[in-house]
This record gives sequence, C-alpha cells and structure tokens, in this order.
Amino acid sequence: MDAPAAIELRGVGRRYGERWALDDVSVTVPAGATLVVFGPNGAGKSTLLRVLATLLRPHGGEVRVLGEPLPEREWAVRGRVGLLAHEALLYRDLSARENLRFHARLHRVAAARVEELLERMRLAGRADDPVRTLSRGLLQRVAVCRAVLHDPPLLLLDEPRANLDPAAAELIEPLIGRASGRTRVVTSHDPAGGLAEADLALGLRDGRVALSAPAGEVEPAAVEELYR
Amino acid sequence: MYGKGLRALSLATFAALTATFALVFFYAPLDADQGFIQKIFYVHVPVAIVTLCAYVLGGVFAALHLKTRDRRWDLRSYVVIHVALIFNVIGLLTGAIWAKASWGHWWVWEEPTLVSFLIVFLLFATYQPLRFSIEDPERQGRYAAVFAVMAGAFVPLNFAAVRAATSTVHPRTFGTADGGLPSQMAWVFLVAIVAMALLFALMCAYEIAAKQTRWQLRALRRRLLGADTVAPLGRSAAPALGEPGRPASQGGGRGSYPAEVPS
Amino acid sequence: MSEPMTRARPTAAPVSEHGASRPMRPSLVLLRKDLLLERRAPEAIPAMLLFSLTTFVLFHFGLGRDEVSGQLAAGVLLVTLLFAAILGINRLFVAEQEEGGFDGVLLAPIDRTALFVAKAAGLFLFLAIVELVAVAAFAILLLGPSPWPALPGLLLVLALLNLALAVVGALVSALAIRTRARDLIVPIVALPLLTPALIAAARLAAPLLAADGAGALPTRWLAVLALYDLVFGLLAYAVFDFLLED
Repeated sequence: MDAPAAIELRGVGRRYGERWALDDVSVTVPAGATLVVFGPNGAGKSTLLRVLATLLRPHGGEVRVLGEPLPEREWAVRGRVGLLAHEALLYRDLSARENLRFHARLHRVAAARVEELLERMRLAGRADDPVRTLSRGLLQRVAVCRAVLHDPPLLLLDEPRANLDPAAAELIEPLIGRASGRTRVVTSHDPAGGLAEADLALGLRDGRVALSAPAGEVEPAAVEELYR
Repeated sequence: MYGKGLRALSLATFAALTATFALVFFYAPLDADQGFIQKIFYVHVPVAIVTLCAYVLGGVFAALHLKTRDRRWDLRSYVVIHVALIFNVIGLLTGAIWAKASWGHWWVWEEPTLVSFLIVFLLFATYQPLRFSIEDPERQGRYAAVFAVMAGAFVPLNFAAVRAATSTVHPRTFGTADGGLPSQMAWVFLVAIVAMALLFALMCAYEIAAKQTRWQLRALRRRLLGADTVAPLGRSAAPALGEPGRPASQGGGRGSYPAEVPS
Repeated sequence: MSEPMTRARPTAAPVSEHGASRPMRPSLVLLRKDLLLERRAPEAIPAMLLFSLTTFVLFHFGLGRDEVSGQLAAGVLLVTLLFAAILGINRLFVAEQEEGGFDGVLLAPIDRTALFVAKAAGLFLFLAIVELVAVAAFAILLLGPSPWPALPGLLLVLALLNLALAVVGALVSALAIRTRARDLIVPIVALPLLTPALIAAARLAAPLLAADGAGALPTRWLAVLALYDLVFGLLAYAVFDFLLED
C-alpha cells in the first residue's frame, strides 16, 4: 500500500516578468525521502523551495504538497512545512526565546516545546539575549529551532549547514537530518556530501531541470557539470 | 486585428463633438453676467463628470482584476485611470478659466466640485509613480489594483465631504434658487456630456489597441528572432501583457497571447 | 494556473496541537510582538512625539501667533497629528520587511488579515499614546481657551480620527513597503486619501476649541467620519490579502 507522495511537481513554472525562474520542472518525492537540489546561483533552487513552502504561487503546471494541490489548498499545507532559508526570519531586537515563543503561538504550539528545543540546541544560556548579539552559528541554530518547532512532516532546507561548526552540525542532525524521518528537500553546493544523504537528486540550470535521477545513480562529476 | 469598431467610434465622437461645439457657439444663450467666457462651463462640467465616473470605473475594473487575475482587466483599469488623469488636468484648467470668469480669481475654494477635483487629482497622480516603483509585473498589477479600488471608493466619499464642508456664501451661478437650468442650456449640456464620454471612450480604445498591438509585435519578434535577441523590457508603469512563445503545456496566465498569431 | 480562486480562510481547528492551552488569537500574537518590539527599542513613538512638539513651535513662528483658537487651533493640531502619523505609518512594516517577518507570518497557518488587524491596532495605540502628550503640549504651548471643557469631545474626535489613520495607514504602509520608493509613496498616497477624514475632524474640533468656550459637536460631521472609518475599514480588510500573496 503506497503512501501518497509528499511532493508531486508536473511541469511547474514560475515567472518573473518575461523571465521564467522555474520552467517545466517535474519531480516526485515519496514520503520520508530526501531530495537534494543542485544548481548554480540563479538556477531557481530558492524559488523552488518557496513555491513548495506556499510563499510563491506557481504560474504553470501542477503542484501537490503533502497530497494537497497548490495554490487552491495552500492554507491546508501551511503549518505542515518547515522552511530554513537564508534569512533567519527572526526579529533582531527580541531574544531567541521571545522569537520562538512568538512563532510557537502563531503555530499553536505549546511553550514547553520551545524550552525543549532550546535545551537540545544548547541555547538555554543565550536564550534571553537579543538575537542581534548572537553569532551566525548560534543564529542558525535558533533558525533550525524555528523551522522544526511545529513538527512539520516536510522540511525545506536551503543550505542548512552553512555557518555551522561541526559540533553544531551534529546537534541539528537528529532534528533536520535523515534520521528525523521527515520528507526533506535540501539545496546544496556540495556534490559528494549532498548525494550521500539524499534519495533523489535534482539539478537545475536557468530554471530548467538539467538532471533528475535517484541519488545513487548520479556521479558527483555530473553535478559539477551543472556549474560550468 | 485590434481596435475593432475604432473607426465607428471615432466617427461618432467626431460627430458628437462637432454638434457640441456648434450648439455651444450658436445655440446656447449668452450668459448675461459673464458673457462668452462662461461657455467654458460646457466643457468643464462634462469633463469633470466623465472624469469622476471614470475613476470609479477604474476601481471596478481593478476589483475585477483582483477577482479573476485576468491581466486584461488590469490593462483596462490602467488605461481608464490614465485617460481620466488627462481629463482631470483638462478639467482643472477649464475650471480655473471658469472660476476667473465667474468670480474673478483663478481659483476659488467655494466651488466644491473644483476642490474635490483637485484632491482626487492629487491622489490619482500617484498611481503611475506607484506602478513604476514596483518591478515585478504581476505584483505591479495587483498592488495597482488594490490602490485603484481604494481610490475609486474614495471619489464619492471625498466629493460628499468637500460638498458638505464648503460654505454656500457664494452661490453657484446656475441651477440654484431659480430651479434649474434654462432648457436651452440643459440640452447643450446633455450633448456635451455625451460627446465627452465618447471622447473618453475613444481615447481609451485607442490606447488599449496601441498597447495590444505593441505587445503582439513583441511576441512575434520574440518568436521569429528568438527570445534572447530581442531586448529585455525596461521598467515600466504600464501593465505587461504578452506571454510570448510559451509552450502549450505552460499556462501563460489569462490575458496573454496564444502561441498562434490570431488572424 | 488559470482558474480564479476563492480565497479560503483556514478553519478554526488548529493544524498542529502540541498540547497548547488557551491558544491566542493570531492578531493578538502579532500585536503583542509589535508592542514588545516598540518597548524594547522605541523608535516610532518618540519620533512622532518630538515631531509634533517641534511642529507646534514651527507653527508658532510660522503663523506669528502666541495663541490660536477655533478653526485655526483645530487645523494646527490636526494637521500636525496627521503628519506625525505619517512618520509612524512609514515605519509600520519595516521590521517585517527587513527581518523576514513577512515570511514568518505567511508560513503560519493563520488568516493573513490578522496582520492587518494587528498593525492597525498597533498604530491606533501608538497614536493614542502620542496624542496624550501632544495634545497636552498643544494646550500649553498654543491653545488659547482652556482645554478641559473640550476634552470629552476631543477624545471622541481623536478616537475616530485615529481609527481612520490606523486603517488607511496600515493598508498604504503594506502597499508601499514592497515598492522601491516606499517612504515617498506613503505620504503622497495616504494624505489625499485621508483628506475627508481630516475635513470631518477639523469641522468637529473647531467648535470645541472655540475662543468663547467649547460648543456642541456638529453631529453631521461625526456621521461623516464614522462613515469614512466604516467604508475604508471594510474595504481595507477585504483587499489586504491581495498585498501579501505572491
């Protein structure tokens, strides 16, 4: 008995003026699997993530996230997706705790969960300092907390290990790594590392799919080709 | 072929305008107080009425754009407001001339129509700068529509408020105590309104046809010469229409051009 | 993507419930966050206050008067408050824009008009706080007649005016924040839009501040101001969603 796919994209397009940031993108990601997305800057990786997060509406094709068609049922998907983007989405003058409590209330999550995450990420000591005083590594940890606060079945991670030292990377692994059991879409610039932790690989160039295969069948060299 | 019926509309407008001017100059009675210059009233007031109605219409079209996401409504909203703005300026100028003739000053605060006309102009003059400051065409259309809806609702409210606030120490030169315009003036007035409305419709029709033609031309050039060789669009306040050369599987969005050239 | 969509509102049932007790309404959550931010790093209220006081001084010199009353007093006070409000309106969505707050709100399973309600409510409160001090300052610096008999009426007028400022301000601010010329767009769009509200408020305040003692409020203008608030309140609430979607 197959579970419905977590993500189904068919011919998805997203334009910006006359330029198509995403052009005829198709991919299917089963529940619990990890999709790694490669591509040079401007290829459309962030756009793809934002479409999946319901922040952007597709301009063509079909999108199904967690079984719900977008954008008709986007409000059913919100709250079940966790986004870790380049921006931390945190208010700089509020503390980590205040920021997380704010997001917790918006997502109707109990305050206890905030404390639990702060403990796990070893942030308890700095939890009451304004976010602007935190180093980038600490900031990323708080952002990870925010992304998994509401226990989303789908995680969208835009270069999650940027700014993290190895110790911190270890800390977040159970939350956003393969072991978490969630369906994940991860963008990466690291061919070998990215392929190692993924089930499916997608390569984008100029908004179009240049590479789409199970991760095991893709050579790192093929990924490097994208960047040429 | 764009601009169907443009010729008929142009002829009708020309006829109506000619009739109006003929009536104004030869039929309408000469005002005892102000003399010949009072006849500017037959231009000013119809222009004002058409302008205010047009702004409200622009708001309606904008609401339709928001509801249907069809870019053609955005184009209609934009053109209607654009032409209404031109009419607004004409209205203010003719209003000033009329004020000079009636009261001896180039501007009077006692005339509520003129005053609310100025306020409305100040508001709608921001429409194009607002559009220009948004680069993403989709967002531009949407934000402009939100503005146009608010501004369209504003027009009647503003008119009522200014009307209520204006003191009636200086009564209007017509249509008050003696109970309405003399019937001769009323007829000319009516014809003038029809003529101005037709002129407005004509200018809108021309602008829409011109824009659609330009977009179709661009679509053809992109198809023939390749999308890369045609220069990219610069920033513009005008709505973007074409979705040239999209393969059939991709929806180009409503109100865009099909891949085939219409005959 | 060629079908027009009905904008569905999320149902009352929460999407994820981790034993949350007494969930707070989203607009209150957002409002609380804004009040917390302003208290932590006050920017808008001090600026609006200082601006008002400075403007009173400028009016003194510009008009060459030690005292104003009646319509003149109403005009000086209300126009000053209007311009001070513009400062506040300019800043309303800056934190969201710069610190990614928009995305945070857009990702949450809430009705997005909660953001409009929260911002409008926040602006209303900021204006109320500013007016508390500014009106007192005005009474001391420029107002001729005693302010006390005028106070109840003035409170009502300012409350209605604040509502207009809050509603129009929240919408125009959201409109302007994602454009390139945002702090230019706000005054040129908001001020003409607010003109009827100003007209009504000025006509209401003038008899209150009359030189020979506070007169009665012309109820006609109360109706106009209330109507303005209602029409624009409903309209802004209806169209706000379109500004946030992409």
